[in-house]
Amino acid sequence: MKLIEFFHIAIRSLLANKLRSALTMLGMIIGVGAVIVLMSVGAGLQNMITSTFEELGSNLLFVQPSNPEAPGFAALAPGYATASLTMDDAEAMRDIRSVLAVNPTNENFIKIIFGNESATAVIEGTTPEFRELYDFTMASGQFISEVNIARRDMVVVLGSKTAEDLFGSDDPIGKHVKMRDKRFTVIGVMAPRGMSSFGFSWDEMVITPITTYQARLFAQKTPGGQDAVQSIVVQVASAEAMDEVTEDIKTLLRKRHHIDEDEDDDFAVTGLEQLLGTFETITLALTVFLGLIGAISLLVGSIGIMNIMLVSVTERTREIGLRKAIGAKRRDILIQFLFEAATLSLVGGAIGLTGAWLMAQGISLIDLGGFQLKAVVSPLIVMVAVLVSVFIGLASGIYPAMRAARLNPIDALHYG
Amino acid sequence: MIELENITKVYRMGKVDVPALRGVNLSINQGEIVAIIGASGSGKSTLMNIIGFLDKPTVGRYIFDGADVSRLGDNKLAEMRNKRMGFVFQDYSLLSRASALANVELPLIYSGSLQKHKRATEALERVGLAGRAKHKPTELSGGEQQRVAIARALVNNPDVILADEPTGNLDSAATEQIISIFRSLNQDGITVVLVTHEMDIAEQTPRIIRLYDGKIVSDGKAA
Repeated sequence: MKLIEFFHIAIRSLLANKLRSALTMLGMIIGVGAVIVLMSVGAGLQNMITSTFEELGSNLLFVQPSNPEAPGFAALAPGYATASLTMDDAEAMRDIRSVLAVNPTNENFIKIIFGNESATAVIEGTTPEFRELYDFTMASGQFISEVNIARRDMVVVLGSKTAEDLFGSDDPIGKHVKMRDKRFTVIGVMAPRGMSSFGFSWDEMVITPITTYQARLFAQKTPGGQDAVQSIVVQVASAEAMDEVTEDIKTLLRKRHHIDEDEDDDFAVTGLEQLLGTFETITLALTVFLGLIGAISLLVGSIGIMNIMLVSVTERTREIGLRKAIGAKRRDILIQFLFEAATLSLVGGAIGLTGAWLMAQGISLIDLGGFQLKAVVSPLIVMVAVLVSVFIGLASGIYPAMRAARLNPIDALHYG
Repeated sequence: MIELENITKVYRMGKVDVPALRGVNLSINQGEIVAIIGASGSGKSTLMNIIGFLDKPTVGRYIFDGADVSRLGDNKLAEMRNKRMGFVFQDYSLLSRASALANVELPLIYSGSLQKHKRATEALERVGLAGRAKHKPTELSGGEQQRVAIARALVNNPDVILADEPTGNLDSAATEQIISIFRSLNQDGITVVLVTHEMDIAEQTPRIIRLYDGKIVSDGKAA
């Protein structure tokens, strides 16, 4: 079979000058590798977002402070938003029809110290509804209670890994830890749960009453002088009631915050769908952008191949002349050089793909203080990578191959 | 086998027309062994290229084995070069990175043969190099390399062997060996055309065609 012959000829040509072939392929390897890693990170991000919302369930509304003067998404940025929500707001929302639970929460990173041990965790200042909303099981002790909230008790519930880091196999219940130089008593430990789809680990989270958080850990006040709340999660009785509850919350808060009819809200009420949509747009844009960057390096790789093929054609002018003299047609020469380019490209692409896969595995293993990202190299990505490699090989090789095919055998034989 | 009627070839070099061949008439029968001799500029290379289907005449007819091939397309010419003609060059023109056997197989790739190994081996046997089939050209002497080239020229069972200064790079011992191989091939019925500028070589054949300034000035036995 002629085609198989040409394939052999191509391989032999490439093996004849291994260093040159390897250097030429480098562009393709990096290009393909970069595109795949970047796109798989993007895909991983998207998956993470989607499963976040699956994990939470759907009948939830998120109420957050926002800056009415800020454009779009920036309105929700912490620090940029005016602190406008309070505990009383949350209390008032409990009376709205079809509302099952209201859970105000503040959060931050914190360092916990026990004796010589210390650990970093995410601290949630919240209410007892938090446990039901996110479906926690206790491994030992108890969760925070209404009484803790009312008394501003200095108590804390530990995630399983934080408990292990600080106490080893000892029982933490009743012992004292230090957070921001203040003494807290451990009243419970949560059962292990693993990674949340938010990107951090449930097991490296600690819980304290929101009133304690505001009074003793991280104070933040509203313009009106009350303690600020970062977010309020509202559980609605049914999907059908979502719109009605959203409207009711808005009406209630506008009245409580004394917002005139022509002024914008100083808060935002978002259902999961909207949040999901926003995140999806962002991650999609990010993926496309990253993909574009990778595509540019692919372009560079393909220019490298075209360059080397042109040099190769010139170097082998006499050989081409000979092949034509003994009967090679234009098409035969064209196919031979196209195969060489395509092989260079395909092998480079395959190496890049393998490297990218390895790197994706590596990225998935990195533990950034409880944050993990699963980079996914799907079969679709693999197939696209292969097709793109072959296509690039052919596209880069076509011009050099045509030049080779058009050589006049008489002139070519006497070249050099 | 080879009939050239009033062959003229004119090259256009910029604005000037350069006639390389002017009205050449030549007839070579099947089974002949002839030499074409001339100095540089005599047109012998041009004549050789036309005979060998590497080039087409500007004016005139080329009739090969009874068929007019003067106006054939490039692909058809390539086929003729592959199957009816065997080339031997002064510098052997072998692929330096391939074995002798692979070199001999080359024309068979383009003719799509399924018996490459067998036919190539037979061709190498014909020139007495069957034992060196796996060697690369760098491992062979000049004479051996030319023999590989001849085997390559033979492998598709051509009607004509066209050799361009085949002994130009060889010492006298190798030269004799090559010439005797040509004679032996001729005795087997292959038409052999030797193109050279050396009289010593030309005199080894029974018919010498002398070219001067694009025309045949003598055609017959050595003087």
